[in-house]
Amino acid sequence: MDLDHFLVSTAEGALRKGPHDRIVMSSRVRLARNLKAGAFPGWAKKPERVRILELIRPAVESSPDLKGAFSETMDNLGPLDKQILVERHLISREHAAKNAGSGVILNRDETLCVMINEEDHLRMQALRPGLQLRQAWSAIDRLDSELERKLDYAFSNDLGYLTACPTNLGTGIRVSAMLHLPGLVLAEQINPIIQSVNKLGLAVRGLYGEGTEALGNVFQVSNQMTLGESESSIVERLEKVLSQIIEHEENARQTLLEKKPKTIYNHIGRAYGILANAHSISSKETMNLLSLMRLGVEVGLFPSVQGPLVDELFILTQPAHLQKQHSEKLSAEERDLLRADMLRERLKPVSRPVARRGGSAAPGLDKAG
Amino acid sequence: MLCCVCKEKTATVHLTQIAGEKIQKVDLCEECAKTKGVNDQTGFSLADLLLGLGASQELEQAAGGAEVKCPTCGFSQADFKKTGRLGCATCYQTFAEGLEGLLKSMHKGTHHSGKVPESLRQKRDYSEQLSQLQKKLAKAIETENFESAAQLRDEIKLVSGRLAATLVA
Repeated sequence: MDLDHFLVSTAEGALRKGPHDRIVMSSRVRLARNLKAGAFPGWAKKPERVRILELIRPAVESSPDLKGAFSETMDNLGPLDKQILVERHLISREHAAKNAGSGVILNRDETLCVMINEEDHLRMQALRPGLQLRQAWSAIDRLDSELERKLDYAFSNDLGYLTACPTNLGTGIRVSAMLHLPGLVLAEQINPIIQSVNKLGLAVRGLYGEGTEALGNVFQVSNQMTLGESESSIVERLEKVLSQIIEHEENARQTLLEKKPKTIYNHIGRAYGILANAHSISSKETMNLLSLMRLGVEVGLFPSVQGPLVDELFILTQPAHLQKQHSEKLSAEERDLLRADMLRERLKPVSRPVARRGGSAAPGLDKAG
Repeated sequence: MLCCVCKEKTATVHLTQIAGEKIQKVDLCEECAKTKGVNDQTGFSLADLLLGLGASQELEQAAGGAEVKCPTCGFSQADFKKTGRLGCATCYQTFAEGLEGLLKSMHKGTHHSGKVPESLRQKRDYSEQLSQLQKKLAKAIETENFESAAQLRDEIKLVSGRLAATLVA
């Protein structure tokens, strides 16, 4: 099956709406499961991993929720396709490095994705736009209940679902939300927020999960503990914390606009200036600047921008997605040039930011440039 | 003092985390600290870093230094030290003793609460029902309430029949 034709177009993907999606970009619930028989993927030899993959794959494919899904073994996917899946947050970086004996199954609208033989035999996740943790949990719970009838899970009454890493033991659940927090970053309130979230036993990570930086002011908040607390109570706890973070972010934006409008207009104006005029730009700089533009759209500085444009550019300017649009193999330098070309082209119809509040339009921004 | 990750270079980064009543210390050389992201003071979580380390130490202690291997998959605590992961489902029994302290420091509790596979849930429900009924029966006999005892005995018969059926399936 051809992954290119299967995936949702970036324009369509960016159109998806969800509650609180000004701040919560997406919600995700992942479950880790293993079979009773057979060593965990990290310890199993290749023939055993292949055997387990062949056992799990048909069981997942035959589940009603994954009818007509994309299903492939990792050795049959090229490095570019794997990277595309990583950039869409459908598989982990760790899984992208896998080959024979591992597989991926993805449904049509990219809301369910199952990794076979990642760190555990089964890693299944449900994704939703905006803040929809409960919906994501009930979707993945359903798939899991369907699969447990066909697969013999490793489960102990005491320790729950047994996982390769003791950190996932018990429920095997990771509930997470991807948050866009430019207000808290600009107001320099992000560190105390991260610290207090950590104190509540929740992890804050960068854009691509464990060990990655918070590019584009995007942070992932997730539960860390999986044993001794039920799934629904974990979901509830995360919901509470998230609603507080949302409130803090809204407040930070409001305060910045009221107390330091020049600072915020300056950041957004410069971001627009570079994105719309650069001739070479890295993906990292792009993400950081697009984050500011997203903020600008949300506070009304870009009345001509259609909502999803910035979100689409967020994904389209990533290395593998950019490479996909060109047939020849690009070097990093060439990508930077083409990325800048695309951004100038896509931002052509977007007029420069207007400073809405206080009625004073652009002069402040001109001085800043 | 040597770095507790690479065990080669001198440790220059010293971290202490107090979680509940537990104090955990990590000593790292500059290189390992960098690769583990310790320099990033914002998003860094000591727990992530500690999992592999603390766990292997506890496992080692539990095994009394002797090499214990999982009978099912041949995994040893040395392997756990290297990877921070276990070998198979049976490893949780093999290394149960060493894992207990680790799980306590890592999680909210040490007993699973939450989803249970449907087939096991039935089994568990019947076993629980059964032990409740048996307690009631003992009490009934003690208080010489023979009428209720007879009734309880019938119920026990019924539930154990159901339990046996789930075990066969």
